[in-house]
Amino acid sequence: MSGTAVETHEDGLRHDARRERWALFGLSSPALILVLVILIIPVGWLFYLSFIGADGQFSLENYQRMVDRKSYRRIFETTFQVSLITTGLCILIGYPLAYFLSQLPNRIAGLCLITVLLPFWTSLLVRTYAWLVLLQKRGLVNTWAMDLGLWDEPIKMVHNLTGTLIGMVHIMLPFLVLPLYGSMRAINRDYLKAASNLGASPTRAFWTVFFPLSGPGLFAGSLIVFVLCLGFYVTPAVLGGGKVIMVSMKIASNIELFVNWGAASAMGVVLLLLTMLILWVASRFLRLEQLAGSGHG
Amino acid sequence: MSQDESPHPAADALPITIRGVTKTYGAVHALNEVSLDVRSGEFLTLLGASGSGKTTLLMVLAGFTRPDRGSVKFGETEIIRTPPHLRGVGMVFQNYALFPHMTVDGNVGYPLRLRRVPAQQAQERIEQALETVQLGGFGGRQIDQLSGGQKQRVALARAIVFEPRILLMDEPLSALDKKLRDRMQIELRDLHDTLGMTTVYVTHDQREALTMSDRIAVINHGRLMQLDDPTRLYERPANRFVADFIGDSMFVPVRRRGDSVYHGDTALTLSDPIPEADALLLLLRPERLQVLDDDPDPAMNRFAGTVSNLVYQGDSYLLYAQLTDSVEIALRGMTRRDTLDTLPKVGDPVTIGVHADDTLLIADED
Repeated sequence: MSGTAVETHEDGLRHDARRERWALFGLSSPALILVLVILIIPVGWLFYLSFIGADGQFSLENYQRMVDRKSYRRIFETTFQVSLITTGLCILIGYPLAYFLSQLPNRIAGLCLITVLLPFWTSLLVRTYAWLVLLQKRGLVNTWAMDLGLWDEPIKMVHNLTGTLIGMVHIMLPFLVLPLYGSMRAINRDYLKAASNLGASPTRAFWTVFFPLSGPGLFAGSLIVFVLCLGFYVTPAVLGGGKVIMVSMKIASNIELFVNWGAASAMGVVLLLLTMLILWVASRFLRLEQLAGSGHG
Repeated sequence: MSQDESPHPAADALPITIRGVTKTYGAVHALNEVSLDVRSGEFLTLLGASGSGKTTLLMVLAGFTRPDRGSVKFGETEIIRTPPHLRGVGMVFQNYALFPHMTVDGNVGYPLRLRRVPAQQAQERIEQALETVQLGGFGGRQIDQLSGGQKQRVALARAIVFEPRILLMDEPLSALDKKLRDRMQIELRDLHDTLGMTTVYVTHDQREALTMSDRIAVINHGRLMQLDDPTRLYERPANRFVADFIGDSMFVPVRRRGDSVYHGDTALTLSDPIPEADALLLLLRPERLQVLDDDPDPAMNRFAGTVSNLVYQGDSYLLYAQLTDSVEIALRGMTRRDTLDTLPKVGDPVTIGVHADDTLLIADED
């Protein structure tokens, strides 16, 4: 066969490559369309509404109101405060839990992880009302505690900040534990052996090696919890009993009570922008894809 | 080699005395009554297949595996119940276990920080350790910027920077490619000779063990099979397992009649006394065999056979010969221009000889 007669299939190969790309795009298009229809368009619509005043004309009054009225500022402050405290409590409870899980043998850890995930499979509303039943004045917790003589008068644990925090921490905990567990699991145990071999006591090895290496997972988990808390509605609405007003609740009342879509949209836009700002700042310390993945650093 | 004859006796190296160390996992003996003395300043290798217990023994020395019973002394001090961080031994891990969140300096300086060495002095020692492993100037690098060989050296620097009197190494070269591994073997051995610390080295690679060690402890099924220097281990294996495990080995059944040992009807010429055992095997190594012409040398044992296969392997060739009693043996010869042309062909009759000194008898047990 002479050199010139050899068929190189150049066009055919390029055609195959192009077809594979289109096939891949075709597979992802349902998801892309869904995102467009239920996310991009509505958010764009809200964004548009937020600039429409009561008279139906273009106006900045919805944003002006947030700056002018102290009550709006307080709502944002409360939202951040509750989110921060919830995140902090989740870290305090979740870190030891994740650490414990990560040290268990694979099979047992898997079983225990299911118990962490179990709440996920129960409706958010059910869990929230369950807390209401447990924590109310004549609820299980108060009656048992008084029967045991822990306290004499019923303690108010719902329709206030305490109830809100208890419920939110319970709901948010898995969001912290899962990425944290993943990143702890990925820490090679030889690192701790090496630290120990080089002279580090178990406590020292934990703080100089394990804790820093679990840092990205902790950061990722905390960020997820914090961001989710910012927009949380059901639990604070039910357990807060109107005493703890977060942005999402104000948005709801703007629509349900005042039928003011413009004001609600503007708050939504501000909350969205604040959340994006936080994620942007965080992304400078952490690659964002770690939020979705195991959080391994 | 006795302790006094150690090539570089270091004043502060420590001997290790292991007595009756046993570790079971369920019904499996990972270590079965292992007793072993590592001499001060010696390079001793634990050699065995995977699952033999060699790594378990190293982990017992490091303190990461708690044995069921036994005694381990560093020098005069019993350390069997001492937690790992108080044992003061250096260790190089199989996958280096370098801390990914620290720089090279951070890693090497870690044991010094724990020992509260003043910063300036620590920096000097870090640099000195890095110089020792030929990584001077690499202190500021991140761990993930290093090649496999460089990580290996950093791990070594970290293990020696606090001047431990005992150094443990767990298959430290297994992740490197062959060329680098060959070079690192020589370097590690040189480093050991310079620093003089007692070294216990774990490997499954017999060539590595033979290359580097003062003595080799062959471990199988949690038991010590033989402890000897490389030459004796290869030339005079104590049992069938060691004979089979080290080097290319062929076993030919032989019979004992009175004071002689016969292969077929031919009495073998022997240099060593005959082992006390009912069944005997003749151990042959391919490189110790040669094709004989008719010149009768009384020091040679001769085996008649037919060439069954001839394999060219570049630097050497393998000639397989079918002996009359249907046992096949292989002979390895170097390929030189003159031998290549005169090699027998498949089907040719051939006489294979082995010197009496290389005619080893092994008890057929196991």
